[in-house]
Amino acid sequence: MALIECKNVSLGYEGKPVVSHLDFTVNQGDYLCIIGENGSGKTTLMKALLGQKNLLNGSIEFGDGLKQSDIGYLPQQTPVQKDFPASVKEIVYSGCLNSLGKRPFYSSKQKEKAKSVMEKLGIIDLSTCCYRELSGGQQQRVLLARALCASKKLLVLDEPVAGLDPRITQNLYHLIRHINEDGLTIIMVSHDIQAAADYASHILHVSRTPLFFGAKNDYLKSDVFREFGGGVK
Amino acid sequence: MSIFSYSFVQNAMIAGILISLCSALLGVTLVLKRYSMIGDGLSHVAFGAMAIAAVLGFAPMAVTLPVTIAAAVILLGITDNSKIKGDAAIAMISVGALAVGYLLLNLFSPSANVSSDVCSSLFGSSSILTLTKGDVIICTVLAAAVILVFVFLYHRIFSVTFDEAFANATGTNAKAYNMLIAVITAIVIVLAMNLVGALLISALIIFPALSAMRIFKSFTSVIISAAVISVVCAVGGIFASVLLKTPVGSTIVAANIIVFAVFTVISKIKSR
Ligand SMILES: Nc1ncnc2c1ncn2[C@@H]1O[C@H](COP(=O)(O)OP(=O)(O)OP(=O)(O)O)[C@@H](O)[C@H]1O
Ligand SMILES: [Mg+2]
Repeated sequence: MALIECKNVSLGYEGKPVVSHLDFTVNQGDYLCIIGENGSGKTTLMKALLGQKNLLNGSIEFGDGLKQSDIGYLPQQTPVQKDFPASVKEIVYSGCLNSLGKRPFYSSKQKEKAKSVMEKLGIIDLSTCCYRELSGGQQQRVLLARALCASKKLLVLDEPVAGLDPRITQNLYHLIRHINEDGLTIIMVSHDIQAAADYASHILHVSRTPLFFGAKNDYLKSDVFREFGGGVK
Repeated sequence: MSIFSYSFVQNAMIAGILISLCSALLGVTLVLKRYSMIGDGLSHVAFGAMAIAAVLGFAPMAVTLPVTIAAAVILLGITDNSKIKGDAAIAMISVGALAVGYLLLNLFSPSANVSSDVCSSLFGSSSILTLTKGDVIICTVLAAAVILVFVFLYHRIFSVTFDEAFANATGTNAKAYNMLIAVITAIVIVLAMNLVGALLISALIIFPALSAMRIFKSFTSVIISAAVISVVCAVGGIFASVLLKTPVGSTIVAANIIVFAVFTVISKIKSR
């Protein structure tokens, strides 16, 4: 069975649909990019996948033994309060919470994992810094590290590169590809059709209804791509 | 001869240390979750409940504890439901409880001196120094329970406080933890009413957290320093009040204000 199977899904708030008739599947090892204009319902779809109740119709099923606690999540924007006292280390560790089970404290194995993730993302030197005093790009990498600590099978990213400079953006895309090659399934929301075309294995293009779902190479040949992504190669 | 040799001072010290420790631990979470107003509202509800207990002739805790816990659950439900204006609802419940409590005491009070009773339950004038052994035992048990819950759920409480959406998305039941925090708040408030009185409880919860946040920058260091500040202020305040014959509650709060002022100045100097 597929990791995630969405059948005729309609999503919305207070009974008003935002996006309807979504049909798609995500398999183990896929790299799915979700694209679409502002307000088309991408974040809404992410939230539905993460089990927040805005499903109006249809069904979202987890297969392959996927559990809520196997999923790592990078929210679109985390409006953390200006004065929240938290060190980078504390935030990254909190990603390991879902593998804590009934134990009260993190094991040394979990701390090791958090450290290696921080090393990979180049934030190990910041580990005792105060989160609120970091730059936007550094904060984004801290939250990505937290998401990576939480993901055992699936990593869900909502516009991970928003606000990052081009070099860090490319870094991040490479990194996510490596993570994907290591076997983690990725679902990423992005406005960057170029990057989606370069990195993803599958594309879901949403508007009020899904415009396209399928493998990347088919997407590049589709009318939808020609219309929206016409500018890029 | 040391004032510690009096058993009423020893009892007050034990209860004071435990209560101030609990309120500081909780205070950091409440302030960061923007729940300070819930704490304030609950303290007024606790006063109303105490008035009912006095009128009916029950032991205060037997009424205040369940009523305050129920109010905590309701208030949390109101703030989580974005459709209702949370702050107005809290203000309504809180002044309502205050008014009804005072009214009941005036109408039905068994005691001859209503206004001094009211004054001592609002400002805790001397009740901490009149604690019995039984009071101290109840206090110790409840405080120990609060501290244990806090230590064992520490990482979960951090996650739910820092980013509820992430905690929820990755399989932590944030709602349940919010509920737990509200129940603990209710317990701490009922305990703290003995120490400083209903109107001054919020100070005990908020000041140590705010002082610690002036200087410390990680969650752990803020929690630990808030606990230390709170205990030091409570011990110092009880001491001072016995020596200077001032009311215990307001002396403790005054100590907290001084620490807050000092920490604010230090943080201003450091950031220069
Ligand atoms: N909590 C909410 N309550 C009601 N309506 C909402 C809520 N959140 C989003 N919406 C509506 O749902 C629609 C889709 O929002 P969504 O956040 O999913 O868009 P998006 O595709 O992620 O856009 P963007 O590219 O700007 O991030 C929008 O029209 C928005 O107004
Ligand atoms: Mg979005």
